[in-house]
Amino acid sequence: MSNSISRFEDPGLPEHQHRKSDIDAIAANRAERQVAVLFLLSAIGTIGTIASYIFIDSKKFIYLPILGDTNAQQLALGTGLAASLFFIGIAAVHWAKTLMPDEEVIAERHEFRSSDEDRADFVTTVKERAGAAGLGRRSLIKRSMGIALGLIGLSPLVLLRDLGPLPKQQLFTTDWSAGVRLVTDPGDRPIKPSDLEVGAVAQVLPQLPAGTERTLENVGKDAVLLIRIRPEDFNLDAERLSWTHDGIIAFSKICSHMGCAVALYEQQTKHLLCPCHQSTFDVTRAAKVIFGPAARPLPQLALTLDADGYLVAKQGFTEPVGPSFWERNSA
Amino acid sequence: MKQSERIAGNVASYIDDRTGAAGWAKKNLTKVFPDHWSFMLGEIALYSFVILLLSGTFLTFWFDPSQQEVVYNGAYAPLSHVSMSASYASTLHISFDVRGGLLMRQIHHWAALIFMAAIVVHLLRVFFTGAFRKPREANWLIGIGLLTLGIVEGFLGYSLPDDLLSGTGIRIAEAIIQAIPVVGSYLSFFAFGGAFPGHVFIPRIYIVHVLLLPGIFLALITVHLMLVWYQKHTQYPGPGRKETNVVGYPLMPVYMAKAGGFFFIVFGVTAFLGAVASINPIWLYGPYTPGQISAGSQPDWYMGWLDGLVRMAPPLETHAFGHTISWNILIPGLIIPGILFTGMALYPFIESWISGDNREHHLLDRPRNVPNRTALGAMSLSFMIISLANGGNDIIATHFHLTINGIMWFTRFGLFIVPPIVFIITKRICLSLQRADREIVLHGRETGRLVMTPEGEFIEVHEELSAEKKWTLTQHEQRPALTATAVDSNGTSSRAGLKGKLRARMSAANAEQIPAPTSAELQELEGGHH
Amino acid sequence: MRLNKFRRQKFAGPVLVVAALLTIGSAFSIASALPSAQKSEVSAQSTMVDEGKQIFLKGCSSCHGLNAEGGAVAPSLIGVGAAAVDFQVGTGRMPMADMSQQAMRKKPIYDAAQTAALAAYVASLAPGPAAVDPASLTWERDGNVAQGGELFRTNCAMCHNFAAQGGALTNGKYAPSLMGVEPQHIYEAMITGPQSMPKFSDKTITPAEKLSIIKWIKTAQSEPAIGGASLGRVGPVTEGLLVWTLGLGLLIGIAVWLATKAR
Repeated sequence: MSNSISRFEDPGLPEHQHRKSDIDAIAANRAERQVAVLFLLSAIGTIGTIASYIFIDSKKFIYLPILGDTNAQQLALGTGLAASLFFIGIAAVHWAKTLMPDEEVIAERHEFRSSDEDRADFVTTVKERAGAAGLGRRSLIKRSMGIALGLIGLSPLVLLRDLGPLPKQQLFTTDWSAGVRLVTDPGDRPIKPSDLEVGAVAQVLPQLPAGTERTLENVGKDAVLLIRIRPEDFNLDAERLSWTHDGIIAFSKICSHMGCAVALYEQQTKHLLCPCHQSTFDVTRAAKVIFGPAARPLPQLALTLDADGYLVAKQGFTEPVGPSFWERNSA
Repeated sequence: MKQSERIAGNVASYIDDRTGAAGWAKKNLTKVFPDHWSFMLGEIALYSFVILLLSGTFLTFWFDPSQQEVVYNGAYAPLSHVSMSASYASTLHISFDVRGGLLMRQIHHWAALIFMAAIVVHLLRVFFTGAFRKPREANWLIGIGLLTLGIVEGFLGYSLPDDLLSGTGIRIAEAIIQAIPVVGSYLSFFAFGGAFPGHVFIPRIYIVHVLLLPGIFLALITVHLMLVWYQKHTQYPGPGRKETNVVGYPLMPVYMAKAGGFFFIVFGVTAFLGAVASINPIWLYGPYTPGQISAGSQPDWYMGWLDGLVRMAPPLETHAFGHTISWNILIPGLIIPGILFTGMALYPFIESWISGDNREHHLLDRPRNVPNRTALGAMSLSFMIISLANGGNDIIATHFHLTINGIMWFTRFGLFIVPPIVFIITKRICLSLQRADREIVLHGRETGRLVMTPEGEFIEVHEELSAEKKWTLTQHEQRPALTATAVDSNGTSSRAGLKGKLRARMSAANAEQIPAPTSAELQELEGGHH
Repeated sequence: MRLNKFRRQKFAGPVLVVAALLTIGSAFSIASALPSAQKSEVSAQSTMVDEGKQIFLKGCSSCHGLNAEGGAVAPSLIGVGAAAVDFQVGTGRMPMADMSQQAMRKKPIYDAAQTAALAAYVASLAPGPAAVDPASLTWERDGNVAQGGELFRTNCAMCHNFAAQGGALTNGKYAPSLMGVEPQHIYEAMITGPQSMPKFSDKTITPAEKLSIIKWIKTAQSEPAIGGASLGRVGPVTEGLLVWTLGLGLLIGIAVWLATKAR
């Protein structure tokens, strides 16, 4: 890259400095021995790896500082493998640095650009041959080809239709409905109000009809958090208050933001915290969002008691649970 | 002729008879490669990719992606008789029953993290030295593509074992898909084969992770390397180095030995990490169920910035005409990343538009000599680091006695306040460094030796820089800014419109430089001094 | 003469400072230990409840009120039961040293006898959960570690993290690590719900299930570092940090060596 006349001159490549191993045969031999030792270290590593696979008990643990009690075979296999690989690399690099020629070589770059003649030839060739194919003149071919090629991409897309069912009402419904009992998760035990003290929390699921297996898809919609506080601590309108029972309130556990389990309950502040993105919900105000990216409160499940005194849902959720979606209508 | 030479000759003839490879090989064995440690960052990524292929293939011999429910009765007692998916159970089997299985799992995961880190530092090197300029724009685009696909591939990879942590990540990914307007719920049900979590998602991403994406990676990496090979590598400016040459070492034997050796070194270091450092202990997370969650749930580091952006997003959602749009998910999850990556991809073209420089460049820039670009890069980096920090705000809070609320507010504002400050400071630092270069060329290096003149005055001896150093510090080109008036090939000038004015403005800012010293100035000074 | 020679040494200054610190520190420790020595002299003559009341008045009433009725900075202890006292005092959380933070586990100030006395006093105020006798917690024999794990992940991991290492709550509060916590304290925490932690009633998590949870926590605590150094068992954050420090650092360092000319 040339500069204007008054700039400094490029002095060219600096004079080559010889390495010790270039001028001193003893140093060169020493370097060779070093490379040999490094290669041998790798070989020892390989032998160590194979030996530890065969001879070390896979259940044995040994104590090492920093690591703690670690699996001996895993450690030996790993460090042996690491050594066998690492030292080949170090040997090769040390060999290159000390013994291989280290004079800098200059190679010329070539211009990528084709000659003007070649470019002109290219243009002529393409024009001639495209013309011969009739592309320019025969517009009927051009248009029908366009239609054919434009359409062909659609078939593969259509073939993907059976990837999954249409959502229909699935995002809008859960297994909760009027009269469904709340049961513990895990354990499936129904709950009476007296089972829950003030300040207590319980993870609950709906009792499914006898014989029905609970799937993860069920849990992903049905998981509910049951919380008991003092009734006077509620700050709810009349309707939401009627969904509670003697200080017991229930919310969907599936975060209204992105669907993580909002299971963190802070007893003193009566806040629910979702650990994924730190959305914070106020239990006393029907899980109103007080911090974080969630835009909607957690849906509240209306509670009542059944004839045997167990907690049941008064009705299903009045809005879809979980993260938002385009068809969701409620605020 | 020795026996071995004769055999080698026969083999070579056999191949050359059928392919004519000797000519090609002869030319390429002597190909010159510049030698600098910062040129090895891309190699770390390349070798990590090979390690991923090898260790990953090993894992596929035992891993079962099926979501069929099984009851565990393997070696790990705290999970005995627990119901789990076959994918989780097979990962436990690899970890506890296959000798070397846990080692390979850990090597694979550490290699993935190193792969992404190496891509990032390689990208930074290429950016700050201007290696993306013509003729290497296509390689830059391929690189951005590799970065994006790498993030996806890593996410899919650590989601395969179906543990509590990665399952939570899939839940969040599903929420992003579901939030897409109009088609979100359909895309989600198609991807998951129904309601979340379903039975088909992990088997499907398994094929994407082991077949589709590796295939695309192989193709892109091959083109990436072929371009570097054909266009020849860039080099740092220095004595003897011109735009029209390459100075370095030949492929055979030096570069082969160094680069080949470095592969073994990278593999060795990764294997060492796999041996001594535990990563992704899935047996402690437990199998995934949507009813559970762990405190301190984060994605792997290369997605941490996305998590940070989502955490700090304001709770914006609009409900209108019976439809919901979740801006609190779309903006941090899709729109901002889209803008960032599009901006990154287009940068070479944006910069050449601003500077008006459409020429080929094979000599790299020293970052201080391009203060605007360096400041822009530092600014973008600070943006990413702030988002990344917020992604780990709960871990930071517990370990440094801060609050997640405070960190979130700090990063929410910091995201807008800190990057411009970083830009200004970086640009000023670059200009100061240019000034320092100018000083040292004109006045020489301060040696710290004091000399007393006969008159009794103390002066510090300055040593003039060598010709090589003077050249390195002054060889850079300093293009003037584009003006707002355009002069066409016939010499007719016209006043530029809004686009032209914007371009001129940005070009002026881009061209802010400290003028490099000239030999004339040096002679003038020398004449004035001793 | 020896002293002058010492004074002239370079290390004289630091040595003197260290000696002074050690002296002052020891004196302070001795002085602060004296009051409890006086307390235990008194206790020999009272019943447990009275003794507890004495300790309470001296060490707790300034925040919890003279009749444990609570105040502006501390809640009422009427009805919290012996279990709460055994937990709070036994883990050293109470007396609370720094009011600006949540109560932290630290070295207990009161010994077992004093703690029992305090517990007896608070229990006498109103009925509440009884302190748990460690001998009655037959978690090793009766706990089911796998069931304990499932229970832990559903009920505890969201605050205390998947490996019981602790986690962040809002506004600087945190759920502490459960490593090294005595089984009876774990049990008492579940039934009394200290500070931010909710209560886990015996009907929603049965006593047998609580034993299983304890067994799982203890198993996780004693679990060896199966894959190598555990990096804190807090997940991808520390893993990423290791890659950017040791991993890349080592590799870049080697790259610099590789490209440097040999001597």
